[in-house]
Amino acid sequence: MDVFLQTLVAGILKGGLYALIGIGMTLIMGVMGIINLAHGQLMMLAMYVTFVLNTMGVDPYVSLFVAMPLLFLLGVTIQKFLLNPLIKVETILPENQVLMTVGIGMVLTEIARFAFSSDYKYITTGYANQTFYLGNISFSMALTIAFAIALAFTAAMFWFLLKTDLGRSIRATAQDKDAATLMGVNTGRITVVTFGLGSALVAAAGCLLAPVYYIFPDLGGPFTAKAFIITILGGLGSTVGAIFGGVTLGLAESMGATYFGMEYEDIVGLTIFILVLLFLPGGFKRLTKV
Amino acid sequence: MKKHLYPLILLAFLALLPLAVKSNYFLHLMILFLLWVVIGSSWNILAGYTGQVSFGHAAFFGVGAYTAGLLFQHLQLSPWWGMALGGVVAVLIGLPFGAICFPLRGAYFALASLALGEGIRHITTIAEGFTGGMMGIMIMPTFTSKVPYYYIALGLAILSVASIQAIISSKPGYYFVSIREDQDAAASLGINTTLYKNISLAISAFWTGMAGALYMNYMGFIDPHVVFSLHDYSVMAILVAIVGGVGTIYGPTVGAFIMVAFQELFRTGFFGLFEYLGKATGSPAFTTLSGAIHQAHVLGFGILVIVVILFLPNGVVGDWEKIKRNVFRINPAG
Repeated sequence: MDVFLQTLVAGILKGGLYALIGIGMTLIMGVMGIINLAHGQLMMLAMYVTFVLNTMGVDPYVSLFVAMPLLFLLGVTIQKFLLNPLIKVETILPENQVLMTVGIGMVLTEIARFAFSSDYKYITTGYANQTFYLGNISFSMALTIAFAIALAFTAAMFWFLLKTDLGRSIRATAQDKDAATLMGVNTGRITVVTFGLGSALVAAAGCLLAPVYYIFPDLGGPFTAKAFIITILGGLGSTVGAIFGGVTLGLAESMGATYFGMEYEDIVGLTIFILVLLFLPGGFKRLTKV
Repeated sequence: MKKHLYPLILLAFLALLPLAVKSNYFLHLMILFLLWVVIGSSWNILAGYTGQVSFGHAAFFGVGAYTAGLLFQHLQLSPWWGMALGGVVAVLIGLPFGAICFPLRGAYFALASLALGEGIRHITTIAEGFTGGMMGIMIMPTFTSKVPYYYIALGLAILSVASIQAIISSKPGYYFVSIREDQDAAASLGINTTLYKNISLAISAFWTGMAGALYMNYMGFIDPHVVFSLHDYSVMAILVAIVGGVGTIYGPTVGAFIMVAFQELFRTGFFGLFEYLGKATGSPAFTTLSGAIHQAHVLGFGILVIVVILFLPNGVVGDWEKIKRNVFRINPAG
């Protein structure tokens, strides 16, 4: 029973971070209608920002305030100069923007490899290996803090989307771009802001993950895969769904790792993906209509 | 007749090439080029003509290669049997996958194909007893000379391009294009869109699997990270088609040539130019540069993707008129 509870806790803590990654992805998906296949690479970049700051003695949680604005700017630049121009171009394939994100992901990975080499980097902090106990269940200190911050960001994101003008414009653009334009929303600007926000959110996830994970250029790919599994699980474009999707993936991964073996961790995500496509195309969004 | 003139000249040139060129290195590049013609053309029929963009063609390529390798490993059959079966097995993998994804709309197929490629790579890595895992499969190549492989690859390329052209100019080909252009309109005209997407996928998977089987025979060694590589096969297949021209018959051929040349340019550091300059001038800067270029080949790919999508979204063949206008300053209107 203890093993089960321990796995449950580990899964939920990890799920909080995954939710943060997923929300960024699903925001972009909702507004732009495309899957951002450079999402994990943006997170990788944020982790390197954290790493560089850490070598200067800055705490990973403080570097949130540097990495998030930086990645916001990067996201804005990508959207403005690389993705938005493609909307006007006449092409045979509508997926050109997705392919563009693949190209951007490759470039980001290779730039990181040039700057930091392929070696695994670690961030050493006082609290990375600390744990505390509730009953027999151990909680990793770093992951618990990460979970709490991820919750705070998620709540702030919801407040932003529901209560502010800009947030409402984003939701309107996601629901119906043409109607939003007619209502006076500058949808071009909204897509730019959204991509920036999505990048900033995944940057936050990167900073929170950095103390408990190792950093290397190729980690972007697997996390992009996780992000799109979460998005598919939650329903394309659904923010509430992304939270459920993130927690489900976190739980499933840690259950898989405990009961089948570590090497099956990646397979679990892909299995869920196929099951969702088979039995629940549309994801959790279809069940809740949120 | 004029329509077929250039391909025929090219064909005659390719057929006579080994008589004139004896360099093994050059023949190796030509074999790679022909393999990419096959893979790029098969990606193109699915994505370019039917509109179903696949991010996982490495799955079909690797399955074809592993079919050939495993037949040898477990049944001691000649890996050439893989040429007969590799394509078929790739279709057998592709069809259930298509049956799941094609009824869905939107980004599902693209994402699911990405998951397929990665998933099969994980499974081949884990199933060590059956596939050899990370150790891979090694076979002795049948021929020591590269010329037989060259002609087999040429035959495969001709067969695949010709068959795809035949399909495209027949009724199913028009169905494919109609699905790409407007799925609802196609369905309302009575086209079974799921069925025809699956047919397109089957053709695409078949030729990609055949290319994989030939790769096994030619290279003599495969492991999961080589043949199921996302960047080296799935993304490269997309690049070959996009650079050449999506939705054109000869686009992937042009793209394959450009991409293989591009890859080789980076791999060899502009064919040893910088190394030569470094030796000639004695300056260490050139040697460093040569090393950096060698490392930068994925970076170069990424930048190429971005540049091509921004400026040549329909590829060299698709945007040929635009290139002629802008680069050569030829105005067809006078």
